[in-house]
Amino acid sequence: MVIGLTHYLTLAAILFTIGVAGIILNHKNIIVILMSVELILLAVNINLVAFSTQSGDLTGQVFALLILTVAAAEAAIGLAVLVAYYRNRGSIAVDDINALKG
Amino acid sequence: MYDLIVFLPLLGFLIAGLFGRQIGVRASELTTTGLLAVSALLAWVAFFSVGLSHDEQALVVPVANWLTSGKLAVAWALRIDTLTAVMLVVVGTVSFLVHVYSIGYMAEDPSRPRFFAYLSLFTFAMLMLVTADNLVQMFFGWEGVGLASYLLIGFWYDRPAANAAAIKAAMGKSAQFLLHTWLPDAMEGPTPVSALIHAATMVTAGVFMVARLSPLFDLAPVALAVVTIVGATTAFFAATVGLVQNDIKRVIAYSTCSQLGYMFVGLGVGGYSLGIFHLFTHAFFKALLFLCAGSVITAMHHEQDMRAMGGLRKEIPVTFWMMMIGTLALTGVGIPFTSIGFAGFVSKDAIIEASYASTGFGATYAFVCVTLAAALTAFYSWRLVFMTFFGQRGDWAASPQAVAHGHDGHAHGDDHAHSDDHGHGDHAVRDSPQVMLVPLGVLALGAVVAGVAFRYWFIGGGYEGFWKHALFVGSDNKILETMEHVPAIVSLAPTLMMLIGFAVAYYMYIVDRRAPKALADANPALYRFLLNKWYFDELYDFLFVRPAFRIGRAFWKGGDGALIDGLGPDGISARVLDFARGAVRLQTGYVYHYAFAMLLGVAIIATWYLFGGIR
Repeated sequence: MVIGLTHYLTLAAILFTIGVAGIILNHKNIIVILMSVELILLAVNINLVAFSTQSGDLTGQVFALLILTVAAAEAAIGLAVLVAYYRNRGSIAVDDINALKG
Repeated sequence: MYDLIVFLPLLGFLIAGLFGRQIGVRASELTTTGLLAVSALLAWVAFFSVGLSHDEQALVVPVANWLTSGKLAVAWALRIDTLTAVMLVVVGTVSFLVHVYSIGYMAEDPSRPRFFAYLSLFTFAMLMLVTADNLVQMFFGWEGVGLASYLLIGFWYDRPAANAAAIKAAMGKSAQFLLHTWLPDAMEGPTPVSALIHAATMVTAGVFMVARLSPLFDLAPVALAVVTIVGATTAFFAATVGLVQNDIKRVIAYSTCSQLGYMFVGLGVGGYSLGIFHLFTHAFFKALLFLCAGSVITAMHHEQDMRAMGGLRKEIPVTFWMMMIGTLALTGVGIPFTSIGFAGFVSKDAIIEASYASTGFGATYAFVCVTLAAALTAFYSWRLVFMTFFGQRGDWAASPQAVAHGHDGHAHGDDHAHSDDHGHGDHAVRDSPQVMLVPLGVLALGAVVAGVAFRYWFIGGGYEGFWKHALFVGSDNKILETMEHVPAIVSLAPTLMMLIGFAVAYYMYIVDRRAPKALADANPALYRFLLNKWYFDELYDFLFVRPAFRIGRAFWKGGDGALIDGLGPDGISARVLDFARGAVRLQTGYVYHYAFAMLLGVAIIATWYLFGGIR
């Protein structure tokens, strides 16, 4: 079986959907949301690399590296905010975080 | 001259009303009273010149063009004929005497300029009414006296009962049966006001109007029958209520009501001059009675309840004798089969005879009513005199009436707003000052001679020459002739009735003073029925006042509140709130909700582009 572009794109779409579902359906823990965001970024990266290989253009792979860097930084900042939030409020359950309520 | 009669009181009103503070109390009193004196004097001149002249046509004095609308032109003019002249004399004389009397009666009141201004305003409005050349102008006067009456009854505006009575009185005029309830309540006003407005002038406006419209009434037998029956019922009804009242002013008020009924009977049987004649004589003796009552009230330091009085005969002899004259005139003392007697004898007995002689519908009923009322009149009048002037003070304090009197809580309030600080120091009972006694004397003179002196002109042989065309009498209306030929027993009936009433009153209040209590105890239902004025106030409260309140509440809550406010401002604001509350509910604050909304949006946009394509 030849692994073609369609397989990569399907995998990326599945990952993306899992990430989105993780954000929307998760009511328990903010860490899960962070993980879901990572999944979404990963799905995007797979898309970029797959198209880059397909079209023989390295720009996509460079871009994927850039995203990985940004994702790492984002994960670090996100976890730091989370720790600070936990110290302040004593909870990181998503259902407890509704300060935006009108 | 006629302009002066009408407009001098207006001038007095303006001076005292606008500049009362500047010119002071005494000047206000003297100005209004002086102007009224001139007006009254001219009224008498007018009376004799119009009454004795041979000019058949009524004199019309134009004042101004009031309004013109198409072919309808309403002029403002004074119509001077005999009917007007009679009313001018009544209004002018009584008003002048009341002004003089008020100088003494109101001496302790701080707002006298206002009082005198109102009195003059009333006089002007009343003169406007009686000189009216057309019905529009009469309406102006009609409402004017209503306004002045309202202001004067509510003169002591710090008393709630006075305010309530003022509002009630603004709606009434002639105090006929079914529409009479305001008159006794109007006694909340100062006593001179009661004498001027609610005895002599305003309440007789209805009588005047019927006489003025005699061309209309004479051709409408049904209308005359209504006038007769209503008048007769009033005469009888008010007299029965007057029997048991304890407030001295209320007895006289019901007496007034009853006498107005007599006047209407006189008019109703076609004898317009009879009604006017009784109006004329009644003005003198009823104003006299009211002013005497005022004098008694002043002497008693503003006590109006007759049960607290007694034995005043020796203490205030002048008032006593004046009251006697008024009572003799009211009850109709005179020599039967002649025209010699007190004023009431001449005019009232003529009405009774005419009601017997009349063949109109209801005349027999009227004859029975007014004849019985004559006995009742004598009874309550003498009861008033005996309770007030005879016996000892405190004789009646322990009577059963004191128990039953609770219904009328507001009736025996002080007549004077300054009863607390009247500063006499001692509580001796003494006669009123000269300024109050002189008007009594003048009115007493009228009460004695007015009947005898004017009978010939008003209803006797001088009728044609005196009235000329002022009163319309149809060719088949011969009431003034036929009333001369009634059986002897009918002529005698009023005097007999009067004597019976006097005898019963004498027995019950002089000979056997326990008789009233025994009678009241024997007939408690009847007694309460009369004491509570046939329960008219309660009936009207049930029939009109409460339904009116209910309708008002329905319009207020249902019409305005639910319908207009509900669909209008309140409804719109409530919908905005509902919408806002819904919008608020969308803003949960949960991250995953926002994320879901974003996803939905993205999905919709994506779908849109997929199916709609990019243009």
